Amino acid sequence: MADLTAMELRDRIAAGQTSSVEATRAILERIERLNPAVGAYLSVFPEQALEAAQAVDRRIAAGERVGPLAGVPVAIKDVLCTTFGTTTCGSRILQSFQAPYNATVVRKLLEADAVIVGKTNMDEFAMGSSTENSGLGRTVNPWDPTRVPGGSSGGSAAAVAADLCYAALGSDTGGSIRQPASFCGVVGLKPTYGRVSRYGLVAYGSSLDQVGPVAHTVADAALLLQVIAGHDPADSTSIDEQVAPVSDYLAGFDEAVTGLRIGIASAYNAGADPAVHAAVSRAVEGYRGAGAEIVAVDMPHLDYAIAAYYVIATAEASSNLARYDGVHYGYRSPNAQDYIEVYTKSREEAFGKEVKRRIMLGTYALSSGYYDAYYLKALKVRNLIRGDFVRAFERCDCLMMPVAPTTAFPIGEKTDDPLKMYLADIYTVGINLAGIPGISVPCGFDEAGLPIGLQIVGPAFSEAKLLRIARMHEARTDWHRRRPGNLR
Amino acid sequence: MQQKIDAQQVRKVAKLARLDLTEAEIEEFTGQLGAILGYVEKMNELETTGVEPLAHCLPIHNVFRADEVGASLGTEKTLANAPQRDESFFIVPKILEDSSA
Repeated sequence: MADLTAMELRDRIAAGQTSSVEATRAILERIERLNPAVGAYLSVFPEQALEAAQAVDRRIAAGERVGPLAGVPVAIKDVLCTTFGTTTCGSRILQSFQAPYNATVVRKLLEADAVIVGKTNMDEFAMGSSTENSGLGRTVNPWDPTRVPGGSSGGSAAAVAADLCYAALGSDTGGSIRQPASFCGVVGLKPTYGRVSRYGLVAYGSSLDQVGPVAHTVADAALLLQVIAGHDPADSTSIDEQVAPVSDYLAGFDEAVTGLRIGIASAYNAGADPAVHAAVSRAVEGYRGAGAEIVAVDMPHLDYAIAAYYVIATAEASSNLARYDGVHYGYRSPNAQDYIEVYTKSREEAFGKEVKRRIMLGTYALSSGYYDAYYLKALKVRNLIRGDFVRAFERCDCLMMPVAPTTAFPIGEKTDDPLKMYLADIYTVGINLAGIPGISVPCGFDEAGLPIGLQIVGPAFSEAKLLRIARMHEARTDWHRRRPGNLR
Repeated sequence: MQQKIDAQQVRKVAKLARLDLTEAEIEEFTGQLGAILGYVEKMNELETTGVEPLAHCLPIHNVFRADEVGASLGTEKTLANAPQRDESFFIVPKILEDSSA
C-alpha cells in the first residue's frame, strides 16, 4: 500500500476500499522500521496521526464531506511552525522550541484533512545542500546510504523516496526542494515567490524563501500546491489573488501542451556531469519527439547567480537570525556573565558552523564600507539575471536544464570546502533570484544507480502550465515508479 | 592574490554579529570567507552602471490594513518558550550599573 500515490490512496480511502487508519499504521510501521537507518524524520507523532486518521475514517463512514487530502499521511519539514511537537529548524538553538501557532501551510494541510505523521530533518535553518548541516540528526540517501539526500529539504525528499509518507512539504531558498528531489528520485516544486504563504515558515532569506511540495508524481505535487497556494493576510509578500489568481492545477492536467516551445541554454546545460547532461538531453528529445520546438536561448548572467545569491541570501540571513538572542525563546548559554554574553555565547554555543559562516558573510556584506561593493552590487546583478529569464520567456514557454551538476555525492565529500558546496547550486539559485517557479522531475539514473532530475522552469505564476509540461514527460516515462530496492 | 579579509576583520564582524567565535573558528573562517569573497568578486566583471538594484522580484507594494484590534498570542503563549522568566517578564542579566553605587 505504501507504493500508492497520495491521490490514489485518497481515492481508495474515500471509496471505502481502505481506511486512513490502515494507511497511517502502515506508514508508522515503516517509519519505526526504516527511519533509524534513513534518518528522514526528526519527530514522529504516532498517537496524534492515528487519532486524525480515525476522525477522517469516521467522517467518511458518516457520509460527511472531507478535504482534498483526507486521510493521507504526509510529512512536513521542521522549518514550519506547528503547535504540536517542536519546531527545531534542525538547530540546537531551537531544539526544544514549541511554536505558539501553526504556519499557514500547516493549517491548510490540516483543513484539507491530511494526516501529519512527523517533521523532517534539514540543514540547520535551511542552509545547505546536503542535510549534513543539521545539528540534530543525520539523513542518508535512500538509494545509497553512503550518499547525501541533498538539501536543505533532505528529510522530506528521503521520506517520500523511502515511502515513509505519501508526500511532504519542503522549503526552497536556493534549490532546497528541487535538488533533494533530484538526488532522491522524486518530484519537487518550488512555486513562484508569493504564491504560497510564508507565515510560520522560519525565515532564512526572506526575499527568496518559498514553501512547496515533494511527492512521487506530478499530480500529487499539483494536489499539494492546490491545498497550500493562495493569498494570506498574515504574509504581506503573498500575492493578491486579483493580481494572480490560484489556478485549478489539476484541470486539463493530462492534456499535452500544444505548440510547446522549450528554451535551452546549451552552454549552461553542458556544465553538468556527462550522465546528468545525457539524461536531461534525452528528456528534452522526448519532448521534441512529441512535437515540441526547441529554442536556443542565451542566459549571459546566470554564471553570476551563485555569487549574487550567496551575498543576498546571507545578508538576509544575518538580519533574520539576529532574533536568536537567548532572551525570548530558544537556547540560552549557562556561561553568560552579562547581557552581551547572553547573545554572543548563546549564539556561539548553539549555532552550527555553516550558520555561523553565513551570518558572518552576510554581516560583512552589509557592513559599513562593503555594502555597495557586495550587497548593492548583488542586487543589481539580480536584476540582470531576472532580465535573462524575462527575455528568454518572450521566446519560449519554459526552460529545461539539470537540477544539479551531479547525482547525490558521498557523505562528507564537500563538508570541508563550503565554496565547493555552494558552486553545486549553479542550476537552482538563479530561479530563486528571479522569483519564478521550477520543478524537478525524475529523468533517469547514472551508472551507479543514482537518480537524476530534469528541471523545468517557467515564468511567474505559470505553475498550472509547468505542471502540465512536467506531466507530459512523466506520462512517457516510468522513472517516477522506481523505488530504492533495499528499503522494502 | 590579495587577502580579501584578515583575522582582525573577522573578529570585528563576529562582534557585529554577536558571535563569540573561538580562535580556531576565526582562523578557519578567515580562510573560507576569503575564498568565498574572492569568488563573489566575479560580479565585478559585469558592468552595472545604471542597473536598478532589485530587492524584490515581484511587483509587491506596501500593504495597509484597517487599524483594528485583532487577536494576539497573549502573555502566556508569548513567554512560554522564554529561557528565563518571572511571571510576565523575560529575565536577562543586569544591563545598567547600579546607580546608587
